[in-house]
Order: sequence, then structure tokens, then C-alpha cells
Amino acid sequence: MKVSDFVEKYNLKVFAGHQGLEKEIKGGYVSDLLSDVMGNAAEDEVWITLQTHQNVMAIASLKDLAAVVLVKGLEPDNDTLAHSEEEGIPLLGTGFTTFQMAGKLYIDLKL
Amino acid sequence: MVFYIAGGDFSNAGKASSQIKKALKQLNVNAKSIKQIVVAVYEAEVNVAAHAWEGKVTALIGENDIQVIVSDRGPGIEDIQQAMQPGFSTASKEVREMGFGAGMGLSNIEKNTNEMNIESQVGEGTTLKFRCFYS
Ligand SMILES: Nc1ncnc2c1ncn2[C@@H]1O[C@H](COP(=O)(O)OP(=O)(O)OP(=O)(O)O)[C@@H](O)[C@H]1O
Ligand SMILES: [Mg+2]
Repeated sequence: MKVSDFVEKYNLKVFAGHQGLEKEIKGGYVSDLLSDVMGNAAEDEVWITLQTHQNVMAIASLKDLAAVVLVKGLEPDNDTLAHSEEEGIPLLGTGFTTFQMAGKLYIDLKL
Repeated sequence: MVFYIAGGDFSNAGKASSQIKKALKQLNVNAKSIKQIVVAVYEAEVNVAAHAWEGKVTALIGENDIQVIVSDRGPGIEDIQQAMQPGFSTASKEVREMGFGAGMGLSNIEKNTNEMNIESQVGEGTTLKFRCFYS
């Protein structure tokens, strides 16, 4: 599943990083603890979180993640947006909770 | 390569790891080693921002390995063994709210490096050194 298919299927908001929408999603990771993501997330995964500050994009970039999803209608900080755009990693938004979003993605990826 | 980090400045934490990642890619270092090195450098940078007053990252990029030295002026670490325990953290409430302070940083560094050493003087600062061989 491409990031763009994921966006379309769940009507996700694309805050920034449109350049990366054609990337293929290989998995997902759920955590709000940054060192946990740093230690355990893998390349091309979608990271679902409620953290909105720019270190989220720094980590997404360092780990080569496919996209970041902010849950529960949360909005990114301005520098988070800028960083997403710069790196070309999609920063997405949804009204779903983490549980709901992760459940849907898990089923879609048939993991 | 040398990078400066100010205590409390989380917006700059990640610059050194990002630049080092680019440099290693240019040298065609294998992707797995780059991934591990980047995790270790990032965690070290964030520790300076989260726990110290100011510090610097020095990276010595060699043909077969990289050595990184992160030295800071700061409160130092009283009990290094305890600090290394996964889950141990003295991070402030503000830092925890950002999602840091899980107490996983130092163990992430240990897991992703071949050699790691911490020296610290309470009230003065900490020097963390690590080395990774490109596999
Ligand atoms: N440079 C440093 N100066 C002073 N204390 C430090 C430094 N680095 C680590 N410590 C101490 O060691 C503890 C553990 O560090 P570690 O990186 O494992 O976890 P953390 O930074 O608290 O949380 P996380 O890395 O998961 O965000 C810190 O909470 C702090 O007490
Ligand atoms: Mg840490």
C-alpha cells in the first residue's frame, strides 16, 4: 500500500511532505516515546503518534519512515510542518484515535 | 565534523546525526551500519539538550569505523551503571511531555555501537565516547 492510498482510504489530512506520498508502506509503529521509536521503528513504516513537535520529523527522517500520522485531530507545530516539507516525508492527520488508526492500518497491511 | 548543542535546545538536536548520516551515505557505508550509528548519535545529542547545559559532538569518520565523542558541561551523572539501566531517567516533566525521558537512550546507544564509554564528573560534565565498525 502506498502512502497516497492510505491517505485516500481514510481521508487523512496531508499537512506537508507531499513529495513522499508515492512511497510504499512496509509496516507501522505506535509510540509516543521518542527513544522507543528511535530504537525500534524500521524503515518505511508509518509512525502513529500524538507528539506534534519537530523532533518527530527529525526522527522520521533519520529512520527513513514512510510517513507520520498525528491522531485525534492534533495539529503539528510550525517547525514540524517545515521539517516535513524539507524532508519530503508526509505528515498526516486524522480524527481517529491511535488504537483505531493502528487497527485499520494493521488490517490493510495484512501483517 | 564538530557540532555544538545548547542545553534545552531540542530544535538543534538531530543536526549532527543528520549531517553524519549524509556523510556516511556519500562514503557508501552500508545502510545497516548507518542506521545504527544514526540512532546512537541522535540519542547522545538529545541527552545533551535534555540533561546538560551545553555540549559538542565530534565525529571522526574513518574508512572502516566512526568514533564519536560527545562532551558536555552539565550536572554530570552520579551513578553511570544506574543511568545505563533501561527505564532509569531523571528527565524533567517538560522533557517527558515531549516524549523524551523513557530512559532508553543510553541503552539504545549501547545496543547500536561496538564500543561505548562514559566518563562523568558531578557538577562539571559528561563525556560519552563510542565507536562503530562498518559491518
Ligand atoms: N549528558 C548527560 N548529562 C547528565 N545526565 C545524563 C546525561 N546523559 C544521560 N544522563 C542521565 O542518565 C539518565 C538516562 O539517560 P537515557 O538517555 O538512557 O534516558 P533519558 O534521556 O532519561 O530518556 P530517553 O533517552 O529515553 O529520552 C538520564 O535521565 C540522566 O539522568
Ligand atoms: Mg536520553
